[in-house]
Amino acid sequence: MDKNPGTAERRKERLDRGIKVRTEGIYAISSWQEVSYLVLPRLILIVGLLLLPFLMPSLYWNRVISIVGIYALLALGFDFLAHYVGLVSLGGSFFIGVGGYIAAILNKSFGLSPLFTIPIATLSGAIICTLLLLPALPLRGVYFAIVTLMYPLVLFRIIEALNILGGTDGILGVASFPNTWVEQYLILSIIILALFGLRRLVNEDIGLVFRGVKDNDQAVRASGLSITLYKAIAVFITSALGCLGGAYFVHIYMVAGISLFALDYSVIPIAATVIGGGGTLVGPLLGCFILVPISELLRAFGTLRIVFYSVILLAFIMFRSEGIMVYAQRKYHQFERWVKV
Amino acid sequence: MDILIYGIINSFSLALMAIGFTLVYGISRIPNFAHGALYVITGFLVWSLVHLLKLNYVVSIILALLIMGLVGAAIYRFVLIRVRGMATSEIIATYALGLAVLEFLRWGGFKGMTYTLPVFIEGSIVIGGIPVDLQRVIVIAIGIVVVTFMWLFTHFNKIGLALRGMAQDEHAAMMLGIDSDRMAVIAMAMGSMLAGIAAITLLPLGNIVVEAGYNVLILSIAVCIVGGLGSWVGAILAAFMIGFLQIITVAYIQSHFHMVVALLVIIATLILKPSGLFGRQKELEERV
Repeated sequence: MDKNPGTAERRKERLDRGIKVRTEGIYAISSWQEVSYLVLPRLILIVGLLLLPFLMPSLYWNRVISIVGIYALLALGFDFLAHYVGLVSLGGSFFIGVGGYIAAILNKSFGLSPLFTIPIATLSGAIICTLLLLPALPLRGVYFAIVTLMYPLVLFRIIEALNILGGTDGILGVASFPNTWVEQYLILSIIILALFGLRRLVNEDIGLVFRGVKDNDQAVRASGLSITLYKAIAVFITSALGCLGGAYFVHIYMVAGISLFALDYSVIPIAATVIGGGGTLVGPLLGCFILVPISELLRAFGTLRIVFYSVILLAFIMFRSEGIMVYAQRKYHQFERWVKV
Repeated sequence: MDILIYGIINSFSLALMAIGFTLVYGISRIPNFAHGALYVITGFLVWSLVHLLKLNYVVSIILALLIMGLVGAAIYRFVLIRVRGMATSEIIATYALGLAVLEFLRWGGFKGMTYTLPVFIEGSIVIGGIPVDLQRVIVIAIGIVVVTFMWLFTHFNKIGLALRGMAQDEHAAMMLGIDSDRMAVIAMAMGSMLAGIAAITLLPLGNIVVEAGYNVLILSIAVCIVGGLGSWVGAILAAFMIGFLQIITVAYIQSHFHMVVALLVIIATLILKPSGLFGRQKELEERV
């Protein structure tokens, strides 16, 4: 700002690009230019995701892609819950832990293959998480954050103290996927489905109700809709994504232990959402693809990684709370110019 | 008899832990998820002052408390002021801060049996046939002193009254010329000092470990929710309730369920009476 002399008389004006306005209606199909304006960003994302396993063929990076996928599911869920429903969840590891343990038990005790354990763990885990979080849902304010913060910490201690579910060693020898291609394309296609599914969902009628719950719950109530029910639906969706991630994690690492309740699963999704841009749903995905590989490179530093994330998170939320994707979308859809006041 | 005495001691320790959290939440409506971190930092601060700078124990305690006050004020002045009013950002910012501090200390190698603070006075006395060491008696004494001080401060002091005004109605308080940010800085500084006092009183009973940060956070949140977020009388009553429940659980069921009690009590409160025992929060505001 200081570089522009006479800023007092000038201000920056932001206007939507003509092409953005044209592509909003049926005119989107009037020319190739308009079609590509809409399709290109989505295509780059989908093709980029699907090509990743080819671009990074080494076994190590394959594993990293799978881990990124798990965090991406959690981050998508966090973004959806925080920016569309207004519930801040501090317990991503809670969802991972519940889904992971269910899948491990189903696989070890009942001998089900990953084909069955993952869907069952996703659904039953989501039901369990929603039921456990239900008491906090009829309330406004910080209660949801507090309860989600406490569950993973307390479950960790219960499992450790009572020595149930394999105690500190965990449940070993869970079945793995047939090969790394199945492993990676499974998670990548799930991410793409979840991303576009959630985007569709928040633009449907139910998405309007979700935003109503966030911004003006009394209006939702006055329309004769149950706030608790809609919050429960949203929590169910988020915890299903988290439990899916947990079940998947257990099958790629072939072990379910109390490390499923590790703080990483709670912090990284939040950091990825804030860095990537909250409320865009694509942003958290991008944030995960930036943060998680860095995290893998920093593995030698142990818990210092969590410090690193927390500090980045703090810096972003204080100084750049809009995030990368919001900025990028603004540049894509709008142009700026200086106008005299 | 043991249950009575240890219940009272446990209750006062919980009250000490929670009073700082409830003060900050009551006044600035910021849930301070860094509370546990502040508690642990004080422990390490006193330890380092005593062992690295070779200061007198009393001097280092006073110095540590003053530093904690400054740290609290700095946290509000430089971090929280920027996200004030945005509920999501407030939660994330304090949570990130707390994690950063605790995990940094963990990485720095502060774990194990080596870090302990000396007790104030050695020895023990016998109450009703049960030997109780003096540090635990001091916990009760300091608990009573802090609670009385807080009561006097908020009822007979201009700043204290201003803080209470803020807690009741921020806009009305601002119209009467109370600077909202300044009061929040004071509240945060006092909250951190109270966390520090709790740490200095309670840590000599055990080792200084990073896990204590999470435990203290969970317990003080439990106390605050049961007592009604932001209500000081409620927090103290809730401390007694949870304190005795914990001791009874340890005595009759199993000591592992110590932490589970806190969670169950929170869930029960949320279901039965979400505004807590003494909800100043006005039930209408919280329940949708």
